[in-house]
Amino acid sequence: MRTLIIALAAALIAIPAVAQEKPVELKKAPGLDKVEGNCSGCHSLDYIVMNSPYPNATLWDAEVTKMIKAFGAPISDADAKVIADYLKKNYGS
Amino acid sequence: MLTRRSLVTAGAGLALTSSGAFRASAAGIDLPAALPEGARSNAVLDSLPGKKPLIKLSYRPPNYETPLEYFRTAITPNDAFFVRYHLSNIPEVDIKTWKIVVGGEGANGQAEFTFDDLKRLPAAELVAVNMCSGNRRGLFQPHVPGVEWSYGAMGCARWKGARLKDLLDKVGLKKEAIEIVFDGADSGVTDKTPDFIKSIPTWKAIEDTTLVAYEMNGAPLPHLNGFPARLIVPGWTGTYWMKHLTSIKPVTKPESGFWMNPAYRIPLGKFPLVARFTSQETAVNTPITEMVVNSLITNPTDGANVKMGPITVGGIAWDGGYGISTVEVSNDGGKTWVPATLGEDLGRFAFRTFSYNLSPKARGKQTVMARAINKIGQTQTTELIHNPAGYHHNVVHSVTFNVA
Repeated sequence: MRTLIIALAAALIAIPAVAQEKPVELKKAPGLDKVEGNCSGCHSLDYIVMNSPYPNATLWDAEVTKMIKAFGAPISDADAKVIADYLKKNYGS
Repeated sequence: MLTRRSLVTAGAGLALTSSGAFRASAAGIDLPAALPEGARSNAVLDSLPGKKPLIKLSYRPPNYETPLEYFRTAITPNDAFFVRYHLSNIPEVDIKTWKIVVGGEGANGQAEFTFDDLKRLPAAELVAVNMCSGNRRGLFQPHVPGVEWSYGAMGCARWKGARLKDLLDKVGLKKEAIEIVFDGADSGVTDKTPDFIKSIPTWKAIEDTTLVAYEMNGAPLPHLNGFPARLIVPGWTGTYWMKHLTSIKPVTKPESGFWMNPAYRIPLGKFPLVARFTSQETAVNTPITEMVVNSLITNPTDGANVKMGPITVGGIAWDGGYGISTVEVSNDGGKTWVPATLGEDLGRFAFRTFSYNLSPKARGKQTVMARAINKIGQTQTTELIHNPAGYHHNVVHSVTFNVA
């Protein structure tokens, strides 16, 4: 709990834009928990909706890889696969 | 540092507690059909602090574009000016402790400038367009990933500030200094995310028109447009206009961070550009530099119903700083073009308004097109020059409306 309070206070100071943010509801399907848990730490989930449904499987794989390799997202290999599968099935072409 | 898990939990808690303060409405947004379906369904009008309702593309980091109605004048109001961030950690800067540090291996010395120091330097003023490199990315066919902007990731303001070269003169540049590197107060959520750091060639940095601005349209910069000071690089795309500027570093070797390469690159030889950034060029690509010549029809709007009778076709034109010489309008699908009347000239870096009186001969659907020509003879394309990052969309704008 103490960690949460500290994190909450830090987030309030560090990310004022968050105060305006409305939760973005993605399609309820297997893998959504991994998407919410891994992606929303750094960006709102509307990035996914905005970039859909045009990406093919290759493009969604490339986006997940970019988040890990270029932006340093700490996502495990197992989660990365679940996330990519969710995106391809629900927000791909 | 925060752990990712605690941040996610904190983020969720904040979203719940703040939902009552949310102000947004899907009504009143008229986005082009060419955007990705998801971009259209996802966009809402939403008010950030100190801002009028803008078109929200993403909440965090905030990416909000300016609705078309604000482009009917050459100056874009501060509270309607678009907002674009790459990274989510955007601190409110305390003006009492904020300072810019100037120095580095390409400089002879080091100096610090407080807000008061900056204001004590000779002031310069100019009107210039600030446009995101990816403006109109959403209109690309086939689509490319990124913030799926429509027409409104741009604005034009009167900027006042110190000349960058006056700050650089205080430390002195070594003759080998080839680039000046900039950093701002914003950063990523984790320290593994590359900080948003950009460089420009020294020749561009020491031009009289490159400023460290602390005023925008006669007022302090809005927080989300870079308070207390941002870099103004007239003619060049917004990626170089560092917000919340904290560091200016002359260097003798090219800046190699993610945001210079691979980000913000265009293929070599595809665009008719004059300004080059040679220290960053590779065999295949180059950093984006100046804006391509462009125009936007703001009246009538696409899909509008207008009454039979004379119609004023209006809009704005701009380029990379050579100045607009002519805007032409066509109402026969591009077979013939007629010069429009240009509005007030606010300088070579500004939006230039244009108008043309059209008298439709019949009722029903009509299409008007506009194309701008700049003072070095460049004009807009009729077909998209596709590139992987979705930059430099300057396809002739076409508006279809109904005369009833």
